[in-house]
Amino acid sequence: MLLIRCPYCEEDRPELEFRNAGEAHIARSANIAGESDEAFETFFFIRSNPKGLHYERWRHVHGCARFFNAVRDTVSDKFLMTYKAGEAKPDAETLKTLGASAAWTNLSTEHLGGRRPARGKGDTE
Amino acid sequence: MASTAQAERRPKLAGRETRHGALRVAMLPPAERMSLRAPAASVAALASALKIRLPNAPRQSAKSGQRTSLWLGPDEWLILDEGGGDPLADCRSVTAVHSAAGISHRNVAIEVSGPGAAACLNSGCPRDLSLAAFPVGACSRTLLGKVEIIIYRTAEDNFRVECWRSFSDYVFEFLSVAAKDVAG
Repeated sequence: MLLIRCPYCEEDRPELEFRNAGEAHIARSANIAGESDEAFETFFFIRSNPKGLHYERWRHVHGCARFFNAVRDTVSDKFLMTYKAGEAKPDAETLKTLGASAAWTNLSTEHLGGRRPARGKGDTE
Repeated sequence: MASTAQAERRPKLAGRETRHGALRVAMLPPAERMSLRAPAASVAALASALKIRLPNAPRQSAKSGQRTSLWLGPDEWLILDEGGGDPLADCRSVTAVHSAAGISHRNVAIEVSGPGAAACLNSGCPRDLSLAAFPVGACSRTLLGKVEIIIYRTAEDNFRVECWRSFSDYVFEFLSVAAKDVAG
């Protein structure tokens, strides 16, 4: 079972206590009535669905019941970090220090501070 | 003329208990319960009206006489009163912003006590209940099998389990079977 760190309970808790609540950092327009149909569609329906690092909202529904944000690797299912709702999105520099994301995430190998594996003799460009 | 119907309140599973060796699962007597939600600015006024500390850190609880306050979330507490006091009435005079809901009849409490009490709960609750992670006095909302419960560790080998009244058959049976397994 995955252990997810709740930033409000300040401890790792079993995944069963949590619910995913979709992509994080999607701000609703302050003037929603003035939005164009296209802009509203983007806000309402279009999600990034990346293969790799994903910023998500989670809710500790069977614990403190709070919503918080998490950075999860959708390839390895590893949670890189969790942080309280309303806090700024962690920048690439912060994420780089966390490392340990899957080899084929959407971040470049250099970005993750790793080295590209040397190609074997049989490989062709 | 027909006589007036009288509603009679029957406590759920009152008096039930099972024992397996020294491990005991038992229904606790009815208590007054209140779900309290309040922003940080209101906490001092509520604490003085309720005459109990409202802890502001995860898993913390406070006890004062027959009254207990359990931290459930950053702005949420469960207030228990086992001495017949009415926490709702005590909150009535508080003008600071808060939400106090009486849930005395929504919940029932089950006591799990004796050696292996933590193992008994862990049969359906994946939460870490070691003394290091969950010391005496710790409390939290979590899961037991399929239902949400609140656990409160009153002693090293003694837990108070709060669950919804309608789930109490499930929780009681679950814990009874678990106790049998743990006691061997």
